[in-house]
Amino acid sequence: MRGSRSTGAGAAREATTMSDRPADVRIKDFKEVDCGLSPAEAVAEAERCLQCKKPLCVKGCPVCIDIPAFVREIAEGNFPAAARALKEQNMLPAICGRVCPQETQCEGVCILGNKETPIRIGALERFVADWERENDPSLPETAKPTGKRVAVVGSGPAGLTAAAELARAGHAVTIYESLHEAGGVLTYGIPAFRLPKEVVRAEIDQVLALGARLKKNHLAGRSVSVDELLGYDAVFLATGAGLPAFMCIPGENLNGVYSANEFLTRVNLMHADAFPEFDTPVLHGGRVAVIGGGNVAMDAARVARRLGAKVSLIYRRGEDEMPARRAEVLHAKEEGIEFLTCANPTRILGEQCVTGIECVKMSLCDLDASGRRSPEPIEGSEFTLDVDMVIQAIGTSPNPLLVSLIPGLERGRKGNVAVDRNGRTSISHVYAGGDIATGAATVIEAMGSAKKAAAAIDAMLREE
Amino acid sequence: MYTIELATKLADRVYEYWIRAPQVAEHARAGQFLILRLHEEGERIPLTISAVRGDTVRVIFMTVGKTTEELATLGAGDSISDVVGPLGKPSEIGNYGTCCIIGGGVGIASTPLIAKELKSAGNHVIGIIGARSADLLILEDEMREICDELYITTDDGSKGVHGFAADVLKKLLAERTIDRVWIIGPAIMMKVTSGATVPYGVKTYVSLNPIMVDGTGMCGSCRVTVGGETKFACVDGPEFDAHQVDFNEMMQRQRIYTTQEKESLERFAEHRCRCGEGGHHHE
Repeated sequence: MRGSRSTGAGAAREATTMSDRPADVRIKDFKEVDCGLSPAEAVAEAERCLQCKKPLCVKGCPVCIDIPAFVREIAEGNFPAAARALKEQNMLPAICGRVCPQETQCEGVCILGNKETPIRIGALERFVADWERENDPSLPETAKPTGKRVAVVGSGPAGLTAAAELARAGHAVTIYESLHEAGGVLTYGIPAFRLPKEVVRAEIDQVLALGARLKKNHLAGRSVSVDELLGYDAVFLATGAGLPAFMCIPGENLNGVYSANEFLTRVNLMHADAFPEFDTPVLHGGRVAVIGGGNVAMDAARVARRLGAKVSLIYRRGEDEMPARRAEVLHAKEEGIEFLTCANPTRILGEQCVTGIECVKMSLCDLDASGRRSPEPIEGSEFTLDVDMVIQAIGTSPNPLLVSLIPGLERGRKGNVAVDRNGRTSISHVYAGGDIATGAATVIEAMGSAKKAAAAIDAMLREE
Repeated sequence: MYTIELATKLADRVYEYWIRAPQVAEHARAGQFLILRLHEEGERIPLTISAVRGDTVRVIFMTVGKTTEELATLGAGDSISDVVGPLGKPSEIGNYGTCCIIGGGVGIASTPLIAKELKSAGNHVIGIIGARSADLLILEDEMREICDELYITTDDGSKGVHGFAADVLKKLLAERTIDRVWIIGPAIMMKVTSGATVPYGVKTYVSLNPIMVDGTGMCGSCRVTVGGETKFACVDGPEFDAHQVDFNEMMQRQRIYTTQEKESLERFAEHRCRCGEGGHHHE
């Protein structure tokens, strides 16, 4: 599938770059890369939809949006109705329209993809959400208050989704967020050129307008005790996979070595790109090595590029094996990021500050458990790259802080909270969803698991 | 918003603020810290929780950079945009016998809470507080009230023992059994002072203050090497076994943004001159 990207779904993704700002312009700022569809383009695109009787796209959507319904409303020029249809299942459509991997979900199964290009569902979702936000914001109806209190821990995609669902069902929801801004990875992780922060803020405001209460600067387990949390009628844990992995190679604590989380948080949350207008600094680097091949690695590389660096991305497998979205890989390449594939860092060089990185070339051998060719170091193939900054984007694991403080909460092998398919944990009224339950995954998968858990919480609270 | 209830200047460049932050005050324990952000453009800086009264917490800080300089211009009634805490693990309080708690400079701020909890746990508590000179010495009366014994040192001999806290500690260690030691102060002072307990094998804690961003274990900015392993000071600490800490690496990492910090401070000073702002009067 991945190899045939010049046709089928891959071609569709590449087609979306039509609305992108030119690379040489966009690397000079943090404004959005993709300009989106005009109303006329949206209507024309929506008119292509076959309105399948048994739509595969809906099955491909982790939050089960009635895609044919909202696309039909767009085709008829009825944008407010399209927005209502969308928000029935998804309170964060402007976010999802931008960051969901539609090519492997709704668009990946669109029947039109067999002969031509699939409907650009993501672009349409974004169009409708943006149109509504700018012209005619509306809220779905909420049920009568139930008198039940629910604590949601974390305000990332999973927490926001569960909060929205539970508030709509009439429960009194309190969201605890440790940072000074809500949004989790949407705020600190994904750069503005992919997901503008005013879009995130507007959709969070919509969730709060449903009645959910947000308590910022509250670190659950510290500012709110475990007993206080367990005193709620139900608790939904959505603390994410915030713990950054390091490679554990020599030189890792030299000045100039960052986790992608730190680098991105400094820029996205703290606005270090605007230093000294904003007080938080970040190193800019003349030549930067980014390690990893996922979306976070692409984000880090593209942010470093915008700060003026020459950037090399080092990945241990081949380009075909990169977990990043194809569109992000293409964006990164357009912006001048150098790709060094089949290479793996062995040590970071320098006295106090980074001066270089030593890598070894990798050969790709047999398929491993993930179905990808497993990389093996080639002896004697070490080479050195002169860099003054290194960003490690090799993954994150579930945040252990709160979950380790809750007695009797069962955890999986990777430190994640163990849950059943409805998000139930080993404690009766405690549920979990998003990355804390699944390990690091996508925004939409987190939202999907949160919706299931919210439905189970609602059912439990109604039975009582 | 978090209101400053009381602001006092304790010494040259050293300030004591009481901030209303109920969620911090309610849960704070000895050894923990908070992170504050002054305003929308502000950075997040960690400060030790020095005392708790009702729903207010006390922080004591020295003006060393842009954010602390700006904080010092605020006064009672002013607000801080964000305060989160308590962060980090509380001190390992227990009934050990005789405990010695040492504060150097503005690091003395951390000592009363730890001393108090150790005292409540049944320990004989010895305090050693040191400063460059008598006028920079803070919290003397408060520590005298908590501790069973209190020693004072000044680098210039203007008060108490002429010398360093390490000198007093060495003398005490030679004379009697000390079961646990806490040292809080500048990195170099903690490094040197904790060396004194090595020959006696006394478990010694230091409270580390590396650069932090979120303070919840998310970024790894505050990573330190302890016993050959990478630890995050914000969630695994801030207190660690002094004899295992790689102080040189920590001090090196504290200097990452020296250039930017200087730029930011100069810009702020310039701005204040232009605006003719004198800041609040601290009583």
